[in-house]
Amino acid sequence: MAAPPIAPATRFAITLPLVLLVALALVPLLAHYLPGERYLIGLFARVMIFAIAAISLDLILGYGGLVSFGHAAFLGLGAYAVGILAEHGIADAVVVLPAALAVAALFALATGAIAMRTRGVYFIMITLAFGQMAYYTATSLSQYGGDDGMRLAARSVVLGHSLLADPRGFYYFVFAALVVVYLFCRMIVASRFGRVLRAARENPVRTETLGYNVHAFRLTAYVISGCICAIAGFLLANQNSFVSPAYMSWQRSGELIVMVILGGMGSLHGAVLGSLVYLLLEELLSGFTEHWKVIFGPLLVLVVLFARGGLIGLFGGGRRG
Amino acid sequence: MAEPILQLESLRKNFGGLRVTDGVSLEIEPGRVHAIIGPNGAGKTTLLNEISGLVPVDAGHIRFAATDITRTPAHRRARLGIARSFQITSIIPSFPVQENVTLAVQARMGSSFRFLWPAARERRLEEAAEDALEQVGLSHRARQPAGTLSHGEKRSLELAIALALQPKLLLLDEPMAGTGRGEGEQLIETLRALKGRFTLLLVEHDMRAVFALADRITVLVYGRVIAAGTPEEIRANPEVRNAYLGEEAA
Amino acid sequence: MSTTLFIVQTLNGLQLGVLLFLIAAGLTLVFGVMDFINLAHGVQYMLGAYLAVTFYGLTGNFGYALLLASIAALLIGLLVEVLVFRRLYERDHLDQVLATFGVILFVNEGVKIVWGAAPRNLPMPDFFSGSVPLMSGLNYPVWRLCIIASGLLIAAGLWFVVTKTRIGMRIRAGATNAAMVSALGVDVRRLFTVVFGFGAMLAGFAGVMVAPILSVEPGMGDSVLILAFVVIVIGGIGSIRGAFLGALLVGLVDTLGRSFATDLFRLVLTASAARQVGPAVASMLIYLLMALVLLLKPAGLFPAKGR
Repeated sequence: MAAPPIAPATRFAITLPLVLLVALALVPLLAHYLPGERYLIGLFARVMIFAIAAISLDLILGYGGLVSFGHAAFLGLGAYAVGILAEHGIADAVVVLPAALAVAALFALATGAIAMRTRGVYFIMITLAFGQMAYYTATSLSQYGGDDGMRLAARSVVLGHSLLADPRGFYYFVFAALVVVYLFCRMIVASRFGRVLRAARENPVRTETLGYNVHAFRLTAYVISGCICAIAGFLLANQNSFVSPAYMSWQRSGELIVMVILGGMGSLHGAVLGSLVYLLLEELLSGFTEHWKVIFGPLLVLVVLFARGGLIGLFGGGRRG
Repeated sequence: MAEPILQLESLRKNFGGLRVTDGVSLEIEPGRVHAIIGPNGAGKTTLLNEISGLVPVDAGHIRFAATDITRTPAHRRARLGIARSFQITSIIPSFPVQENVTLAVQARMGSSFRFLWPAARERRLEEAAEDALEQVGLSHRARQPAGTLSHGEKRSLELAIALALQPKLLLLDEPMAGTGRGEGEQLIETLRALKGRFTLLLVEHDMRAVFALADRITVLVYGRVIAAGTPEEIRANPEVRNAYLGEEAA
Repeated sequence: MSTTLFIVQTLNGLQLGVLLFLIAAGLTLVFGVMDFINLAHGVQYMLGAYLAVTFYGLTGNFGYALLLASIAALLIGLLVEVLVFRRLYERDHLDQVLATFGVILFVNEGVKIVWGAAPRNLPMPDFFSGSVPLMSGLNYPVWRLCIIASGLLIAAGLWFVVTKTRIGMRIRAGATNAAMVSALGVDVRRLFTVVFGFGAMLAGFAGVMVAPILSVEPGMGDSVLILAFVVIVIGGIGSIRGAFLGALLVGLVDTLGRSFATDLFRLVLTASAARQVGPAVASMLIYLLMALVLLLKPAGLFPAKGR
């Protein structure tokens, strides 16, 4: 079966991401003149948080060829790091964020080492299994909310300052995180490491016989991806002031995959576009009818059938090279 | 006599009930061209897979420059200096031709766990890649996606990739397969120019190439070595004629 | 922990296993023969239950409802295959995941529109309601025995078809090497459609059978879907035998695990710790099982593809 198409023409590699990021930067300013300012800022902050998660998934899925159906676990790990530490009186991002990253890295290392001994659908299934394990573990943590989750008293502070309490402050914090994550991932993809990862996606045997330990490269990418997704989890917990096992459901993992593919995988900014379109469509359609999924479902099917390479494929009008 | 660079000692491999490699032993001296010939299904490609580490053997030993590599993983064998081309062209189709070769150069030159510097800007890597492309005559295709090359050009790219690794031992799996007359002659000349600089282990059906290049020939039938020797000895060997050469004798 | 409870839970485990088999059979064939990941298989199961609710409302007879719902499930399966899924066989797994995910969204919402979001129920036939004494002190619901019996019967029938008939041979060949089968002149498109429709019908049938003891509600197929995938991964993709044994294994491990995990943990932990850890571990058991199987046999217990 043919490898799926990767994101297209390089001429969009600067324009589209720039447009997206500038547009996102302007949202709070524009929202100031619109009704429902707080709502809009919150909505787009949510979009950016999922964009970060989607970018992390695109790194291993679009560039590494690893379809992880348990990626939401990292969202949950980041979120629970916030929640659990808050329960014990620790709420400074300077401590919480590294803790979240450490937990995510350990989880990725342990589960990745096992999962990567499999390929294809088995990899999908075993990452799903690990995601489910994380989910059920969270539901069993009764002192941290169990099934129902728990509320956070306040958002994390940054070096003692309540930067995140104000909606705009929070928005730009998330925006900064998105920009950093995006640039970081772009660098990785263009680096020596990225080259090997991309080669291994298309032809693992060839890459192995050139002298590359493909397993080690993929595992490293997996750990990096997990850590980035945990950042999104940290932000999500802060945005909702709430932590729950639902963050790690397999449906949520599925949604992340949808966002990446919808936008166009293997481009990074496709992941941003995908989360934007997915979440905005969700908001828009649910405004019309509570049964918006009846429209959204077939829309997805149509995108798959006729818009290969996702939305970026539609705009770009061609594949790379 | 120089220390052999590759020693296979009584290799044995079963796939289910089928014995694909049946007590195969051979030795290759450095700088020589050694050809393995035999009818289809003789297990020649499997043997290359065993040497490069893609298929584990059930019994026997493989020694490379006096190191036992029987249990060494494929990527480490590549690092030790064994490079190979594949019978069915194995390249990275979406990468430009040159990047395919650069990937190989990168493997040779230092760590690939570098995340921050854009790899495309590294002159050192690109120069070595350009070199290898020139040797096989593909410089004019450097920027094109490798997937768009003609079949013969892809075979040459395979060779360039293998050369870029500057290996001690080069395993070539039917490099002539599917090439037309002109491309074939070209390829034989390219390979001839490599003699002495590398050690070549060649699996081939094309007898022109075999007799033009080989210093020694091993004949494999149903996984067993039925004859080994110089090209003249093999040509004269009646068993080989029966089993394989038939009217193909050059 | 009494023997009675153990036997009851073992039977429950068998019942779950048989149910999972009915669903997994279609799933594993479709995956094995057409290399198609069908996440929407779970909604087939759900539709069977909903259709039976409607047909029961129309006819007042469970038997007719079962028959009509199964046929309807078959027709719907054929329709979806021809309209949508057929175009996805050549695409890679990711696209299939996305498309079938879209179908799940559509159908899960669709049933809410047609039947309402509140759970519905399907009464079981009077003849099979009630319990029957299996041994002294042990009464077991007749309907659950019916489920087990019908599942085993279908399994036997399937085994017969797959191993003894021509079409079964084509299916097995297709599961091992579809391209070869096509090259041999078999009309693979028709084969695929038949396989798909039949699998859909089995899933629908399972939905009807289970409806009397569970509530029929939107999303009921989702959790079952995951279990079914675990079953086929454990059993080996493309293998009916694997699906059967895998389903029984998963059914038993899951049911017995949930019943007895907390008690087992009480042997080594304090009661309150056991009450925390037990249910969580019980939910994870089948995933741990799957991970273990994959570790030891990366292609499942009975892989269909030739090695």
